[in-house]
Amino acid sequence: MTPGGTSGAPGVVVVTGVGRYLGAHVAARLAADPRIERVIGVDAPDSGTEFTDLLDRVERIRVDNGALGGLLADLDVDAVVHLALVTSPDPQHGGRSAMKDQNVIGSMQMLAACQRAPRLRKLVVRSSTAAYGVSFRDPAVFTEETEPREVPRGGFGRDILDLEGYVRGFRRRRPDVTATVLRFAPFIGSTADTTLTRYFSQPFVPTVFGRDPRLQFLHFDDALEVLHRSIVEDHPGTYNVAGPGVLSLSQAIRRAGRVAVPVLEPGLSGAAALARTMGFGRYGLDQVDLFVHGRVVDTSRLEQEYGFTPRSTAEAFEDFIRAHHGGVVVTRNQLAAAEQLVLDGIRQVRAAVRERSS
Amino acid sequence: MSGPDERRDPQSVGRFDVPEQVPAPDAEPARRNGHRPAAQAAPTRTAAPTPTATPAATPSADEGDAGLPGGTEPAVSDRPGDHWDRKVANGLAFLRRRLSGDYEVDEFGFDSELTDAVFHPLLRLLYRDWFRTEVSGVENVPVDGPALVVGNHSGTVALDALILSAALHDKHPAHRYLRLLGADLVFRMPVVSELARKTGGTVACNPDAERLLGGGDLVGVFPEGFKGIGKLYADRYKLQRFGRGGFVSAALRTGTPIVPVAIVGGEEIYPMLADIKPLARLLKLPYFPVTPTFPLLGPLGMVPLPSKWLIEFCPPIPTAHLTDSADDPLVVFNLADQVRETIQQTLHTLLERRPDPFGP
Repeated sequence: MTPGGTSGAPGVVVVTGVGRYLGAHVAARLAADPRIERVIGVDAPDSGTEFTDLLDRVERIRVDNGALGGLLADLDVDAVVHLALVTSPDPQHGGRSAMKDQNVIGSMQMLAACQRAPRLRKLVVRSSTAAYGVSFRDPAVFTEETEPREVPRGGFGRDILDLEGYVRGFRRRRPDVTATVLRFAPFIGSTADTTLTRYFSQPFVPTVFGRDPRLQFLHFDDALEVLHRSIVEDHPGTYNVAGPGVLSLSQAIRRAGRVAVPVLEPGLSGAAALARTMGFGRYGLDQVDLFVHGRVVDTSRLEQEYGFTPRSTAEAFEDFIRAHHGGVVVTRNQLAAAEQLVLDGIRQVRAAVRERSS
Repeated sequence: MSGPDERRDPQSVGRFDVPEQVPAPDAEPARRNGHRPAAQAAPTRTAAPTPTATPAATPSADEGDAGLPGGTEPAVSDRPGDHWDRKVANGLAFLRRRLSGDYEVDEFGFDSELTDAVFHPLLRLLYRDWFRTEVSGVENVPVDGPALVVGNHSGTVALDALILSAALHDKHPAHRYLRLLGADLVFRMPVVSELARKTGGTVACNPDAERLLGGGDLVGVFPEGFKGIGKLYADRYKLQRFGRGGFVSAALRTGTPIVPVAIVGGEEIYPMLADIKPLARLLKLPYFPVTPTFPLLGPLGMVPLPSKWLIEFCPPIPTAHLTDSADDPLVVFNLADQVRETIQQTLHTLLERRPDPFGP
């Protein structure tokens, strides 16, 4: 189709957010793909240098979001992968206002730049299953067509709704560009460090009293696979990306050998709000809402279109447990031993009673 | 079933010189005599001969004792594999599975293991011993494939839905689970919402109904909603309005047969004499009931009165030929009316069969 690119695989790819875990891994994987000529990692000027060894084959450019416009046009970009999203406010980097700057303003500027890039023919945007909002009237399983019934309370959920709105606008203005929106379930895996992995790594895990939400996770490697395929193949549209199957929160906590500490919901919301204003802790209303309502999506469209099924939620979680076995309060073997102990105790008591009465 | 097993018991007892065992075989049938369904009793019985028939040393190789040298001495004389030992072992294994999270939950949150082990036994006590429920027409519920079970709602508290699901599971030859659709109020309340999900319920909305039916499940719905359970005792067994007939369009879209079911007995468990509307508004509830015992007796008033229950499943109404008319309001309302009439008439015939609401 375009010079410098074979059968759908683009020649020049720009990846945003390479200063973060996901962006760095995606860029490194694209750079290792021989079908792609050039991978350019774009990043904010103040981003860290954590992943430099991973990105040795990626050209890195540090620019402000505002300067992106000219850059994309100058570079003759074929495809853009927009991954620069912040999922939870980081008090060390400006908190919620910086998060909104990045998620909403940054994405707007990125899409405006894409609109002006003449050679662009592919756009892949990272979204989240938070796009479905939370409501008690929600169906149990979201398909891509489900409209959110209520605007979420959490900042990230609102950002995602805004972002998807901008992508819809972009699709209208540039119908020639293949736009793929990937709604990812929360990432989990052996190496990923996210709000949820930190949550499940604690020995005592706070939960919402009287609620046992259904959760889905996506293994980090499967997220990379889906993102990679979105770039080298053509998959226009919006897709839910999650591990099939469901774990309830209590079940996940038990499988991880942690102990759940139920907290009343108003207390938890208040604590989350307090933690945010005091500037510590990364749990926000997004997490509270997730732990009240849970979130399950239908992934059949992804499986049909990509011909790829991510590993199941239970398997992804199992992989995470294996990597984070420190801090376990109750292990499976301890439970089995306790079971045996009680069983034998009862047997002995019964035998003793029988002997005495004989 | 228990004949050969019992005969073998005294033999093994003789070998171990424990005469106390003699009354035990007596006690077991007496307990079984109660109400355990034959299907459940069978596997435990047939499993019994194996350990007792083998020499005394081998029972310790039974799963319960594997790898435990310390406990072998008393365990042998205890005969691992006897009735109570198995019960304890099963109970402990269940607890261990629950505590380590080794169970499956489907995408709606349905936990079949917990339902089988905890909720259905409790409901069984209620519907069998307390309400003396008689179920008829269970052959009208398909053995496999989807069906939409539509019933009349009653009883101030939606106990009839739970009783229906437990009774259907026990009486149906395929022991099918009824996936109930509940009002969103149920899912707003903590604890209650999780109990509803764990027992197979979900929010009453078309996407969920169609997804369950599309997956071949048996879905239970009460189209009267709060109008049905919140009606006064004076209006008992008068079917209320069926709403917009959303359940019909869900059935039409998936081509699922509709099985009307009439439930008699639910109206008398908490006879609602009055509805304190201001209090209901204050508590954000659809109604606040006053029954002869509630709120007069406080928590004691929550004990349901022991009425006699009759449940009848009516012949299924096929909808496969109407799949294209799912959005046609005329077809939907006609079908909803047909279902409503069927239930109302069945209610009348059932009421004639039961002259005394609190009879045997």
